[in-house]
Amino acid sequence: METLVFGLLNGVSYGLLLFMLSSGLTLIFSMMGVLNFAHASFYMLGAYFAFTISGSSSFWIALFLAPVLVGLIGAAVERYGLRRVHPNGHVAELLFTFGLAYLIEEVVKIVYGKTSVDYRVPDLLNFAAFEVYGASFPAYRLFVIVIAIAMLIGLWYLLKKTRAGLIIQAALSHPHMVGHLGHNVPLIFMTVFGIGCALAGLAGVMAGNIFVTDPAMAIQMGPIVFVVVVVGGIGSLEGAFVASLVIGLLQNLAVGINASFADIFGFIGLSELSEVGRINISSLAPVLPFLLLVLILIFRPQGLMGEKEL
Amino acid sequence: MTEPMLSVKDLHAYYGKSHVLRGVNLEIMPGEVIALLGRNGVGRSTTAKAIMGEVAPKGEITFRGEPIAGLESHKIARMGLGYVPEERDIFPTMTVRQNLLMGVKDTRNPGRHTIDDMLDMFPNLRARADNQAGVLSGGEKQMLTMCRTLMGDPELIIIDEPTEGLAPKIVQQIGDMIVEIAKTGVAILLVEQKLSIALRIAHRVYVMGHGEIVYGGTPADFATRDDVRAEWLEV
Repeated sequence: METLVFGLLNGVSYGLLLFMLSSGLTLIFSMMGVLNFAHASFYMLGAYFAFTISGSSSFWIALFLAPVLVGLIGAAVERYGLRRVHPNGHVAELLFTFGLAYLIEEVVKIVYGKTSVDYRVPDLLNFAAFEVYGASFPAYRLFVIVIAIAMLIGLWYLLKKTRAGLIIQAALSHPHMVGHLGHNVPLIFMTVFGIGCALAGLAGVMAGNIFVTDPAMAIQMGPIVFVVVVVGGIGSLEGAFVASLVIGLLQNLAVGINASFADIFGFIGLSELSEVGRINISSLAPVLPFLLLVLILIFRPQGLMGEKEL
Repeated sequence: MTEPMLSVKDLHAYYGKSHVLRGVNLEIMPGEVIALLGRNGVGRSTTAKAIMGEVAPKGEITFRGEPIAGLESHKIARMGLGYVPEERDIFPTMTVRQNLLMGVKDTRNPGRHTIDDMLDMFPNLRARADNQAGVLSGGEKQMLTMCRTLMGDPELIIIDEPTEGLAPKIVQQIGDMIVEIAKTGVAILLVEQKLSIALRIAHRVYVMGHGEIVYGGTPADFATRDDVRAEWLEV
């Protein structure tokens, strides 16, 4: 029971972090028409910037400033990079983001070194929020959930309830028509890219001190975020939200299952000593998102809530 | 004599290597309704697209004396040139009301028309104001795209094939609607294939053939020119 409760809580907080990353990526996908391979690199930048800023001032300033800085870098990448590459087609754009991901990683290695940095949870939030069945749940994880929900509400309000949000959505699906109505589509695209990167940066600020802040964090997170976007349905924020939670819960609940294949399939004669029988369910957790990705692409290529097929 | 509102001189455009517009010349005066006629594939829609920057234009295009050839589309729109493309590009997941709101360029400085004006002028749309635009009929979508462009308070609207694929009764309604729009003082460049609607509402008629203007005149003069009709319009 304790494992289940903690699996659920950790799954929700991890899932919401995934949503911070995937919401930006899915908007950017609608805009570019290709996946942005460098998206998780902006997540990494968020974590490193937060480390630097919180070292010289405080975590609370970093929480605000790091995403803003990442967003500005993202906007500059769109304005001076992608916009020039765009006329050369999707392959060029894809390669550009691929190169950018490596570029950011190498620059991070030069500046911060190849090993992890000591980016810690702020003291103010470094305590147990509550105890369930004798085990404590960290206050910082609760804080992550609160910030993520605030971001979710903010993004939903912006996109669904304001005219600016309507224009953004229309520009993503009908850029030419929106331009003819007098709206500055290139500016809208730069803003969307900047906001998407800022959200990834915010996820980095929040997650860098829960997990590890090192130059490999982008490459570790990147594939999972792609899975979320594809499973949720390209361009669908609702889909990205559901897929983030599903994948967050799936991974965290699987980690908590202390059973082997032999325990489950023992009735058909699977021995605990065989290679397959020895496999622990918890060790399958990292595989599950990719299994889901493969199944979705076979059986529901438009994703859970998407309209377009890949 | 007043200056033309839109002036196009020696306009050329290409699709890849094919030379589609071969020196188009035309002028539209303030408040004028112009019909641009011609058979399929002679470059009527391409002329509209080249003026609006959808197709790269070569030549001189001025709107109210300012050069606009190759400008970004939002800048052209903000100068007062509206465009209703052939595709009836409504935003299907938004309501009719939200689609109309999209047409407003600047909410702090809205134009002459309000959403209510539009819905009063076109009761069909009022009945569906809060429905998703994606479920509208072809004729209603056409009305919506025209109204949406009007919300931006343009001084000239280029309307590309508004009656394409619509039933005769709806074609009549769209014609009435364009007359209503013209009454508000907005100049109109109507790209059309149907002679009846063009002759009913146009002050002047241009006929295109092989990527250039082959005839320009009043509907009364055009009515006497059987030769032009036979050579450039009849199939």
